[in-house]
Amino acid sequence: MSGYRLSAGGLVDRSQTVRFTFDGLPFTGYHGDTLASALLGNGVQVVGRSFKYHRPRGVLTAGSEEPNALVEVLDGAQKTPNVRATVQEIFPGLAAQAQNAWPSRNLDLMAVNDLLSPFLSAGFYYKTFMWPRAFWERLYEPLIRRAAGLGRLSGRHDESRYEKVFAFCDVLVIGSGPAGLMAALAAARSGARVIVADEDARMGGRLLADRPEIDGMPGDLWAAQVLEDLAGMPNVRLMPRTTVVGAHDQGTYAALERVSLHRAAPGDAPREAFWRIVAKRTVLAAGALERGIAFCNNDRPGIMLAGAARAYVHRYGVAPGQRVAVFGTTDSARQTARALQAAGVQVAALIDPREDASTLEDFKVIRGAVVTDTQGRKGLRRVQVRQGSNTFALEADSLLVSGGWNPSVHLACHMNGRPVWDDGIAAFVPKPGAVPGLDACGAAAGRFSTAACLQDGLRAGLAAVADLGLAAPALTAPQAEDGSYDITRLWHVPGKGRAWLDFANDVTVKDVMLSAQEGFRSVEHMKRYTTQGMAPDQGKNSNVAALAVLADATGQTIPGTGTTTFRPPYTPVSIAAMGGGGRASGFAPQRFLTSDAASRERGAPMIEAGLWYRPSYFPRPGETGWEVACDREVRMVRSAVGVCDVSTLGKIDIQGADAGRFLDFVYTNTFSTLPVGKVRYGLMLREDGHVMDDGTTARLGAQHYVMTTTTAAAGQVMRHLDFVAQAHCPDWDVRMISVTEQWAQFAVAGPRARDLLRAVLDDLPDLPFMGCAEVGLYGIRGRLFRISFSGELGFELAVPARFGESLFRDLVGRAETLSGGPYGMEALNVLRIEKGLITHAEIHGRTTAFDIGMAKMVSPKKDCIGKAAAARPGMHGPDREQLVGLRPVQPGQRLTAGAHLFTPGEDVKRENDQGYVTSVGPSPSLGWIGLGFLKNGRARVGEMVRLVDHLRGLDLLCEVCDPVFLDPAGEKLRG
Amino acid sequence: MRIPCPLCGTRDRREFTYYGSEDYANRPAADAPAQAWDDHLHNRDNPCGPTRDLWYHDPCGAWVRVHRDTATHAVHGSDLVAERGQA
Repeated sequence: MSGYRLSAGGLVDRSQTVRFTFDGLPFTGYHGDTLASALLGNGVQVVGRSFKYHRPRGVLTAGSEEPNALVEVLDGAQKTPNVRATVQEIFPGLAAQAQNAWPSRNLDLMAVNDLLSPFLSAGFYYKTFMWPRAFWERLYEPLIRRAAGLGRLSGRHDESRYEKVFAFCDVLVIGSGPAGLMAALAAARSGARVIVADEDARMGGRLLADRPEIDGMPGDLWAAQVLEDLAGMPNVRLMPRTTVVGAHDQGTYAALERVSLHRAAPGDAPREAFWRIVAKRTVLAAGALERGIAFCNNDRPGIMLAGAARAYVHRYGVAPGQRVAVFGTTDSARQTARALQAAGVQVAALIDPREDASTLEDFKVIRGAVVTDTQGRKGLRRVQVRQGSNTFALEADSLLVSGGWNPSVHLACHMNGRPVWDDGIAAFVPKPGAVPGLDACGAAAGRFSTAACLQDGLRAGLAAVADLGLAAPALTAPQAEDGSYDITRLWHVPGKGRAWLDFANDVTVKDVMLSAQEGFRSVEHMKRYTTQGMAPDQGKNSNVAALAVLADATGQTIPGTGTTTFRPPYTPVSIAAMGGGGRASGFAPQRFLTSDAASRERGAPMIEAGLWYRPSYFPRPGETGWEVACDREVRMVRSAVGVCDVSTLGKIDIQGADAGRFLDFVYTNTFSTLPVGKVRYGLMLREDGHVMDDGTTARLGAQHYVMTTTTAAAGQVMRHLDFVAQAHCPDWDVRMISVTEQWAQFAVAGPRARDLLRAVLDDLPDLPFMGCAEVGLYGIRGRLFRISFSGELGFELAVPARFGESLFRDLVGRAETLSGGPYGMEALNVLRIEKGLITHAEIHGRTTAFDIGMAKMVSPKKDCIGKAAAARPGMHGPDREQLVGLRPVQPGQRLTAGAHLFTPGEDVKRENDQGYVTSVGPSPSLGWIGLGFLKNGRARVGEMVRLVDHLRGLDLLCEVCDPVFLDPAGEKLRG
Repeated sequence: MRIPCPLCGTRDRREFTYYGSEDYANRPAADAPAQAWDDHLHNRDNPCGPTRDLWYHDPCGAWVRVHRDTATHAVHGSDLVAERGQA
């Protein structure tokens, strides 16, 4: 005995049969069914097992607040856990299964927990599993975790598509019931840009579930008319299947749209889209959630909320049972009994605790009575009723309960506002103004009749329109029922057995009372001690009742007890949706050199440098490992010629009458005196005296410089220059712009560099070291700089980026005829270490000009950024760690960056730390060499230090040497 | 969070890079006493309420002084660092 499909009625499309499986068994439903309505229509009563006690559970609600009917949806090898069957629409081929049950939902061996329940009350694991301590991690916790729990993930990467979307509107209407539709209509007719979001697949809210009469027509038809009207307006966007989950600053709302979770063949559509909606005004018309009543064994399959039962009958044409009893404290219960009776379902009785309840119905009304207990393990069979001093049993396979309605205040509380207790409806309502620009109306504001919702929605819509300064449209609210909401408070029917509050986390009335008794009397403490409201439904069904029980136990009022904090999201949001698109190559942008394809064709493995991808080395056939290739490329540069794409270096074009003066201010050294056609190395400090960046700057004209920065700091330096110019010298005549991506730039280095350039350039100018000139090649203009990052005779040739790829191919091809070729980052690194040239491994933000041996570059003749701070005590002197070179005493020994340095003979401990290694590389001529920082290092050249790397098991002696290993006089690069 | 750029209009905060208090724009004289430099570099208030801080609008290169409230998260307005004090 259980639910069944009514022979007629409902808004499902009975002409479209949909086949799906649940726990591997085939079922059919209709297009428009949720998994819950389809299962109920098939007579399935047990849909899952409870969290802690593994009790059989059935469908409780018809919405996203469902605590029981949580299932796993299977999609190939993927598995989506904790899907609410009340939200999941069925589609051909849908495969779902019950979760937290072993071996099955009908026979769950873990249900033994239910018999152990006296030991499993609130805080049981704090009390029970105290000792021995080591057992907690090894035994108790794994055991508890296996027994308790919800759905499980597949354990695979989620490679499905998700999207992020941004939207802007004048008025956001949340909810599309009577209040939401009226508000949307008022706003839309004023010309405002309107977004209406509703979490249901079909818009209309309670109009679909209750079908109240509006202007003489059924509510669902009225809703369809209004929606058609709205859909035809270009300033309106209707968003079904979209749950607004968070209210944030500046009128920003987060929303989750289920884009293709209901489709058999989604094609390219994402599963879900995560929206950020920015609204000038927001109307919260999210309605209200019905609450249950706690009585003994109130969690049996077949027990359902009264309003949900109306939804199943009216919307889905499904009866919750063959013979139903209804128990409730408001007329919602009576309405349900009438609706079921009208649909041809046998109503056993309406049990109304109110003594004065009317008995004038076509079904039995038992007034002044309460339900005290129920029977039926895998489905309700009998209901125990107490009327006065009489107790009797009532046969029923379904019991529909209503303890009143709680306005959906959640979004109105997301910015720290607490809801306000309204004694008239015994529920919390939103505090006006708690979220700037948000106005709650209709049932969300505690106004429950259809007429009140229509009028209040219209009011809220017109208020938003007026706030926006738009003309109010002529619009009146249609006629509808306006019954009173006559509630009798009944939170809990006292009795011997367990009465459930939070179905999803298995929290009972007894647990909450125990919490109060043990001193956890604050609502926030009670929540954490009992886990009340901490399940996927976040207490939507149970928090208010739990508060009432706690208030009772502590002798306080409900408003005095207060609520826990409402936090986003309103319903669970998958992390994948929030991170939509941000996996694999979508995680970060990728920047490619113009030579990227040419390098990859040569088999070069790429290495990330910030967002850039640069070739690590260019392997030749037969070469194994990077060291062999690197060795060859270093020798090639030192003996012939190498070509390297250095376009990732930041390039900033600086112009104006004060350009030189400006460079003098941002660099420690002087650039205003640099002749046109010359290049100078510059050192840049942060205002706190530490090195920010270094690079070369060329003077192309009297008022025209081009600066290069390191790859790593290109963005930071651009920001810094803009800051200095705008904050400190806004009246100077200087302008700058990044041209990093406009120029492709190639290093040509080695003794045969000139031979290669001669073959390419129209005319090779006779540049001195650190000279620059404009050059012609292949009919275009380029720039040639005689600078070197390798210590060899070196040039850098820059051309407009669109010519980069062809120039690179040309240079590499010609270099190969000169026994040269391309070189990658590994060789570049070895070449610069051999010359003691620094990178951001050395200028890592904690080093000063003094530390890197460039104190003399801070000009005494002028002010510059960072000069004052660099002169402060502690920024220089023998206690500082200074740049040195390092060579292993035994040739051939390997060095590692990150290793620490100690004085030989001293203990290897933090207090004795003398410095650290920043860069290492295998020099073909010198073996492994490194750069590092050593306390008072320049005075210790020739001494031994002990290099220790505990991570990589290294411990060896090194000789401290000058950081310039090769050609200290610079004869090669000046040659 | 959205920030008004005086040049580009209101834009998403992802287009901006944060620096810190507007104090950073007020550099002491080169020969100011060490204490003045210490204060400028390292000593900052942590206001609860109205605050003015510096943001860089990456797409247009403007340094912007934003007037906002750390308690309510309201953003009241902004001006260009280069033109501050002139209004």
